[in-house]
Amino acid sequence: MSRLAYGMIVVVGVVAVALGAYGVLGGTGALRVTWLVPLGGLDLALDPLGGLFLALIGFAAAPVSVYAMGYPDNGRGGQFAYVVFVISMCLVPLAANVMTFVIAWELMSLASYFLVLQDRESKESIEAGWIYAVMTHAGLACLLAGMLLLGAEAGSLRFADWRSAATTLTPATRNAAFVLLALGFAGKAGVIPLHVWLPLAHPAAPSHVSALMSGVMIKLGIYGLLRASLDWLGTGPAWWGAALLIAGAVSSVIGVLYALVEHDLKRLLAFHSIENIGIILLGIGSAILYRVAGQDALAILGLVAALYHTVNHAAFKALLFLGAGSVVHATGTRNMEAMGGLIKRMPWTAICFLIGSAAIAALPPLNGFVSEWLTFLALFQNTHLVAIGQNLVFTLGIASLALTGGLAMACFVKAFGITFLALPRTDAAASAHEASRLMRLGMLALAAACVGLGLGPTVIVPALGSVAGAVLRTTPPVTGGDWLTLRVSGEFASLSTAAIGVALAASLLLPLAAFRLVGASRRTRLYETWGCGRIVQTPRMEYTATAFANPFKRVFDFFYRPTRRLDIEFHPESRLFVERIEYENPTRSIFDDWLYRPALEFLRAGARAVGTLQSGDANRYLAYILAALLLMLVLA
Amino acid sequence: MIAGVAVALVQLVIVGAGAPLLVGALRTIKARLVGRRGPSPWQPFADLRKLLAKEAVVSTTTSWVFRATPYLLVASLLVATLIVPVVTTRPPLAFAGNIILLVYLFMLGTFFLALAGLDAGSAFGGMGSSREVAVAALAEPTVIIAVFALALRAGTIDLGRVVERFGGEPWLVANPAHLLAFAAFFIVMLAETGRLPVDNPATHLELTMIHEAMVLEYSGRHLALVEWASAMKLFVFMTLLANLFVPWGLAQPSGPMPVLVGVLALAAKLAVLTTVVALLETAVAKLRLFRVPELLAGSFALAFLSLMAVFVVR
Amino acid sequence: MLRQIQTALRAGIVTEPVAPAGEIERIGGRLASEISRLFGRSLAIRQVDAGSCNGCELEITGLTGPHYDVERFGVHFVASPRHADCLLVTGPVTRNMAEALRRTWLATPDPKLVVAVGDCGRDGGLFRGSYAVVGGVADVIPVDAIIPGCPPSPAALLGGLLEAIGRLSR
Repeated sequence: MSRLAYGMIVVVGVVAVALGAYGVLGGTGALRVTWLVPLGGLDLALDPLGGLFLALIGFAAAPVSVYAMGYPDNGRGGQFAYVVFVISMCLVPLAANVMTFVIAWELMSLASYFLVLQDRESKESIEAGWIYAVMTHAGLACLLAGMLLLGAEAGSLRFADWRSAATTLTPATRNAAFVLLALGFAGKAGVIPLHVWLPLAHPAAPSHVSALMSGVMIKLGIYGLLRASLDWLGTGPAWWGAALLIAGAVSSVIGVLYALVEHDLKRLLAFHSIENIGIILLGIGSAILYRVAGQDALAILGLVAALYHTVNHAAFKALLFLGAGSVVHATGTRNMEAMGGLIKRMPWTAICFLIGSAAIAALPPLNGFVSEWLTFLALFQNTHLVAIGQNLVFTLGIASLALTGGLAMACFVKAFGITFLALPRTDAAASAHEASRLMRLGMLALAAACVGLGLGPTVIVPALGSVAGAVLRTTPPVTGGDWLTLRVSGEFASLSTAAIGVALAASLLLPLAAFRLVGASRRTRLYETWGCGRIVQTPRMEYTATAFANPFKRVFDFFYRPTRRLDIEFHPESRLFVERIEYENPTRSIFDDWLYRPALEFLRAGARAVGTLQSGDANRYLAYILAALLLMLVLA
Repeated sequence: MIAGVAVALVQLVIVGAGAPLLVGALRTIKARLVGRRGPSPWQPFADLRKLLAKEAVVSTTTSWVFRATPYLLVASLLVATLIVPVVTTRPPLAFAGNIILLVYLFMLGTFFLALAGLDAGSAFGGMGSSREVAVAALAEPTVIIAVFALALRAGTIDLGRVVERFGGEPWLVANPAHLLAFAAFFIVMLAETGRLPVDNPATHLELTMIHEAMVLEYSGRHLALVEWASAMKLFVFMTLLANLFVPWGLAQPSGPMPVLVGVLALAAKLAVLTTVVALLETAVAKLRLFRVPELLAGSFALAFLSLMAVFVVR
Repeated sequence: MLRQIQTALRAGIVTEPVAPAGEIERIGGRLASEISRLFGRSLAIRQVDAGSCNGCELEITGLTGPHYDVERFGVHFVASPRHADCLLVTGPVTRNMAEALRRTWLATPDPKLVVAVGDCGRDGGLFRGSYAVVGGVADVIPVDAIIPGCPPSPAALLGGLLEAIGRLSR
């Protein structure tokens, strides 16, 4: 029965991809059912940008649902919430008026809340669900405020009417609407500092749900940001672009810094989602700044880079979460320090996770590299902008993107190496079993997508270019090059991942051929790892994830502010013998300490102050009623 | 087409055969500087030949990642060779890649080498991997900012075209942006290729190793590939440094005579660079590991200053 | 920094030519010609201290210095036995180091050489018969050549090593 639900979502996914592709290629469509929803009715419309995101949802949901079908105890419930979740997500990019959008958005949030609370007994899940619910509804409040403000000014609640009324808005209204909408959407996307719910909620949910939350749901925040900054409000002032660029730069670096010191596999992946959202924002910010300066071709480049990274991130993040799900299921723990040696017990999962890791680390010729390359190009060409302040903001973006790229690679060496390589660190890891056939199928489909998206930018970039052109309402430039090579901005740069891929494959075979030619020795002998002749070799001697992250903890200690705890238990009879050593080196979150805790304290203090009104004394309540009545009589 | 294939072969031979010679020459010069006769510059060829005759001892702890890494490392460097302008300004795969691709190709090699270090399950390998990726990650911003400064002046990130544009500038060597970018790039080269003061390639103490610690488990033909890849990485970095910052002598693509001139020009530039690196390695001591980020931050500052110089001049 | 380079350049090359005929005992069965073919131009040595008093180690250290400069013959020292062709074993093999020595030998890829250094390496030397000592290196792993002495001088070591790999005849 539960398999039927997932099967249905696979079909929904395929339909979504088809419909979305139709939209991307220029098809349009509309559907209005006025009686279904109050205050405007159900209003759906298909346009290129909406089509792209619809296709994205289907593209991720289909393999994930196949995986979920194969998940061993999928009778654990949550299928209804899952179905509602996916369908409501599909409605968001199609929504054409405020009520439809808000209802779909809220359904999506509620469904995911129930999915996050899957494990109702665990204190950690409950807290994760609570924080998620609070932050998502705070975001919703901002969204509603912004949308209603716009609706009041434009005189209609339909998005199409906003587009035509955009030029008549006063700058104050426009800026206020942008700030409200951006806060709401950025909170959903997980931009720093509104990110606190992400690393709690994504690990708590079951893996296929985390894959969709990270791969698709936060992208709907990006969808909203795109609509707000480029579509509904017309061309805004330059500070919007600068703000998004800086937010992107900060998010990408901070996201990966937090990921580096994480040992919970799923939380590490969640932090990487924050990092990748930052990279997408870099593209969007640059697009806005170029558009304000009138550089339409470069604006399209920036937007294409952002959209490409959105698609790529959905592919490899979903893949990584599905892989993590197999691992967590097989070993019963999310802690990397208890894993190891899984590449021999779970070879398929390992290969898929490796492809996902290489993709997210932006290694050529996979898809992560192509979109990061495009983002770099979009940022590099800020020389066409004259304001030195903008040039500096772009330079900040470039430096942070470069730092992020390197740190992401380091983090995934850790994630893949500690989890899959060397010896198993616990019995659970030693007895892990490979994922079931359907789970493997879902993962392999996404892995193939990563490779395909990497080798085929010459096909994808023109399609995204037309979407970007439709959003920015300019004619897209002909991206130069042929089926093999991608040429950007004339002579500025060219790339051919297909050629690189072929060259790499040929170069792999070259040494093998050369060995045969010169008659090199082909003998191999198996023996233990070199341990300086040590007699006993145990998994305790392997490097740990904590140790691996240590250089980073030290270099960035001003950010992590680590505290150290060292407990040594000596033998009761002599201090020369040590019985137990416990070492802890946790990091502290500056956002928790400097932003959220003070804010919550302030709220609590305010609530306590207001609480004095509730004295419980009936006489005082009567006095309140009398005062309110007198006040109303005076004001009326 | 034929010319393209010929140039590709010439480049592969120059880098493939020149790399061990470069490393050998570096060792010889270093030895002479401390009063030893030292090995012959052709010694690495003898070393590689001997390694190919030895068996490969593979640890039972490792997986296919360990065995595949030497091949992947060599593959990434061979492809990098075809993108860098070694003797001409139109390397064979110029259409396929540029400076950014080059940086990430090197990262591909580092990624797999670090995984191989972890695969053996020994503390040495893990330590080497951890340090290596830390240094690589911290060197990235410097490289990209320096590249950005170059791209700003040249109007392109295609390596061959950058060399062509710079070749046309008469007062290039006096340009402060150029000199600052060169200094930044030089420090990054030392960091990425594991030379002093970042890493001592000749150390025997595992606690002081960065690159060597990751390859402790390799033997026989695998070790030969890893050593060769390491030498090629040094050669490619030095070639990049030489040809980007002293861009004269490279053949505009035509004819065997200009290519020969290109080869001789490259040999001269590399000889000077090798001597400078040898002098530096003899004179400075290795930095403590946690001082290396300070060095890299310094190189980032230099790259940033180079960028500011370009913006100010514009 | 400059001063050091100046000093080095002023001092010049101080490497001495090799003294003829290091005395070694060959006990392995392998053909000298085969060893010379494999390792004549390039030899990687991993030095193993199997309980030595460190007298031999001090002499071995002299080999890498400017006067004896073993590197000019293509011989260099490596850190990991996986990289080594030759194990240079010093010391009488103590009971505590016997298993470690054996594992080091197994970790070294074939073809390999073992050269035992000093009287201790030959048969336990000064410490022969002690309860803590197994005996010479040949009692634990197969040995190809022995360089006698207590300790052998760097010149003797150098000559012995080169004789073992067949370089002296060139």
